[in-house]
Amino acid sequence: MNELMTVLKKNVREYGMFIALAVIIGVFTILSHGVFISSRNIANLLNQTGYIAVLAVGMTLVIIIRHIDLSVGFLSGFLGAIAAISLTQWNWPVWLSILFVLGLGVCAGLLTALPVAGLGIPAFVASLAGWLIYRGALMLVTAATGTIIIPNESFNALGNGYIPDLFASQSFLPGIHKTTLVLGLIAAVIFIFGQIADRRRKLQYKFEVPSTGLFVAKLIFMSVILGFISWILAGYNGMSWTVVVMLAVVLIYDFITRRTVIGRHIYAVGGNPEAAELSGISVRNITYAVFGSMGFLAALSGILFAARLKSATPQAGTLFEMDAIAAAYIGGVSAAGGVGSISGSLIGALVYMSLMNGMNLLGTDISLQYVIRGLVLLVAVIFDVMTRKRKS
Amino acid sequence: MTDNILEMRHITKTFPGVRALNDVNFAVRRGEIHCLVGENGAGKSTLMKVLSGVYPHSDFEGEIILNGQKKEFTGIHDSEEAGIGIIYQELALVPEMTVYENIMLGHEIRRGMTIDVQEMIHRAEELLKRVRLSVNSSAKVKDLGIGKQQLVEIAKALSRNVKLLILDEPTSALNEDDCDNLLGILRILKTQGVTSIMISHKLKEVLSIAETVTVLRDGQTICTLDRQKDAVTEQILIKHMVGRSIENIYPPRTSRPGEEVVLEVKNWSAYDAKLGRKVLNNVNFRVRGGEVVGLSGLVGSGRTELARSLFGNPDGYIVSGELVFKGRKQRFSHPRGAIRAGLAYATEDRKRNGLVLIKSIQENISLANLQGVSKNGVINEELDKQTALNFVDSLSIKTPGINQLVMNLSGGNQQKVSVAKWLFVGPDLLIFDEPTRGIDVGAKYEIYTIINDLVAKGMSILMISSELPEILGMSDRIYVVANGTITGELDAQTATQEAVMRLATQY
Repeated sequence: MNELMTVLKKNVREYGMFIALAVIIGVFTILSHGVFISSRNIANLLNQTGYIAVLAVGMTLVIIIRHIDLSVGFLSGFLGAIAAISLTQWNWPVWLSILFVLGLGVCAGLLTALPVAGLGIPAFVASLAGWLIYRGALMLVTAATGTIIIPNESFNALGNGYIPDLFASQSFLPGIHKTTLVLGLIAAVIFIFGQIADRRRKLQYKFEVPSTGLFVAKLIFMSVILGFISWILAGYNGMSWTVVVMLAVVLIYDFITRRTVIGRHIYAVGGNPEAAELSGISVRNITYAVFGSMGFLAALSGILFAARLKSATPQAGTLFEMDAIAAAYIGGVSAAGGVGSISGSLIGALVYMSLMNGMNLLGTDISLQYVIRGLVLLVAVIFDVMTRKRKS
Repeated sequence: MTDNILEMRHITKTFPGVRALNDVNFAVRRGEIHCLVGENGAGKSTLMKVLSGVYPHSDFEGEIILNGQKKEFTGIHDSEEAGIGIIYQELALVPEMTVYENIMLGHEIRRGMTIDVQEMIHRAEELLKRVRLSVNSSAKVKDLGIGKQQLVEIAKALSRNVKLLILDEPTSALNEDDCDNLLGILRILKTQGVTSIMISHKLKEVLSIAETVTVLRDGQTICTLDRQKDAVTEQILIKHMVGRSIENIYPPRTSRPGEEVVLEVKNWSAYDAKLGRKVLNNVNFRVRGGEVVGLSGLVGSGRTELARSLFGNPDGYIVSGELVFKGRKQRFSHPRGAIRAGLAYATEDRKRNGLVLIKSIQENISLANLQGVSKNGVINEELDKQTALNFVDSLSIKTPGINQLVMNLSGGNQQKVSVAKWLFVGPDLLIFDEPTRGIDVGAKYEIYTIINDLVAKGMSILMISSELPEILGMSDRIYVVANGTITGELDAQTATQEAVMRLATQY
């Protein structure tokens, strides 16, 4: 128990947001008499979180290297509209228009990076220009038609559809999405074996590891959480494609930031660009890479949002960039650079969207919602700064 | 009964896990210049932070008696009010603002709703006269040299009617002329009734100015020496500082340089388009295998510019000339290319551009050679850890673990991390810019030993240093730089400090 407390104390920042999320879920569940935690609402919440979480992941990297990208909201709206147009007016197949839009996203990101990396223009200004341009572009392409309805079922499935149940059966656990349960189970098993292998390797090298008791407790706790989430999702339609996409993005980016050379380079550039440059890292190339990925994720977010609405609207993407930035900050990134994590930003997005979803459920007045969201952002950042101070 | 302006009694200050100050007693007589010396981590800066209220009185034990009165400061504001001014190593000026605006910052003179510019300039110029600084008070601070900026900082402190001036390593970034000038100013201020406490690593300077010297070691007062009563020499101070006497400051080297030339630079010139001037002019020199070549010169002579222009030219100078490295004509357009070819550059300011302070020892050590711990772009975490552990062990980096953030290490240990980073690259030539700047005597010796080990293994070292004894003690050969060009080559065996200085001041 003592060990648990010291571990918790040492990592209060990392676990703080988990606890905050748990509290928010708990409070809304009680206030809504259980509606919040219902399968249907949780599925809805995760689908809402998808397009913001994807943006927040990209924004995290941008903020880590001490920049900001304001253009991504309207960029995602604009690219969603391009997807809609390519499907409805040019009659492109779904796969082609998705690839095309993702490619455009990368180009747009690189374009934003051009004045930043090449001329040293502040990203705030460069991306503000992008914000204006993409807003205009979105209005332009939707001017003739207004909202573009997307009739394509397989495209819309990305925002509304659920993975098929391979083990569908009416006799065993009726009304429960068995494939989702199985996936949850597989995830838990992979997690447990991965952790055990990791621990074994660390012991081999005689590195410090937590005690066996704490380790087992952690495994059980995480498995229960995974099981619980998949049980809740299975109770409605199962796992949605949005969740699949979001998880894939989070897992891939988490891996990149924590385990790869380019991930280290990104943190080094954020932590001290001059030292990074003199260590042989091209700050310029990293800047291009990070903004390119941001553009890619903006395109993905635009696709998810258009698919969710089954249409492209002239207002799509409004304030997405601010939501993404807020989520990233709630998740613990630092504007001073070099600090932040993908998992943190995912939690940040979940906290942020849970608040929105919960308050909508309770019928909270929209004006009050904004105030509360602002306060939560403020509290999260203050908490972050306080815990950081205590550590150093 | 002596008249003490300040007495600090039984000061104990603890940080989580560390007792930084342990029952320290410290007294300063009115009107004297009192130097505080000790190794890095001895507690000098902590003691001054206690005095200036950075650590409020509730955060430490003991008492502060100023002018015979017990004081309990809750912040810097209180100590300022009481007439204490502190000047840190890193200057606290706003570069984009003018000299007079900086001097009067936070104490602007108002006339009605607006600022009385004329009166402020008048006051600022009076203060500039007191520190014997003749600059245009409307010039921007960023356009002044570092020596003048320091004087502006002192003028700023004087504007607050300072009676006790604390200077934390004021001369570490100054060249010799500026140093002498600064010390002169302290003597003048003394005649105007200002008492000074100066923290310094430069013992010569301490001996030239101090009337009293207090030595701290491991958070304790070791002794306070009165120059009028006690014999004080560098040897004695070093003995008190390290708790042992260092017979040889420079460890003996057994290896001899090889014959083959590793680096040859011919007619090397560099033009800084931003400043619109030539920073290097027709530089020629060579470095052999297993040789330590000293590059001496005053601050601003072009030493660092030379190193950086060779090492991938990150400042974007327009460069001409020939660089032959390991027998091949090369030109590096980015540090990455230089590193791959086997050139490494440990910067003079490790905090600013040498290390990523907010990252761990582990992450810093492998930063310049992540290929060495990764496969297909994926890092082998265990190999990375093992690498860091090996270097921590072989360079005896003092740390609780490799996860420790570099910013929490002492200067000497940070320098070792920086060395480890470059050793892991496995270079043939290491350009070592100010290898021992701001690190204590014990750590210096260790760095010198590392340099000897490296050249014994055949690595070449181009050592840039402002400290003449270090250049003479460590180099096989010496080049002297002045005004962007090499003014002479000396054999270290026969060279003298005077000979080097003569070449360094040749324009």
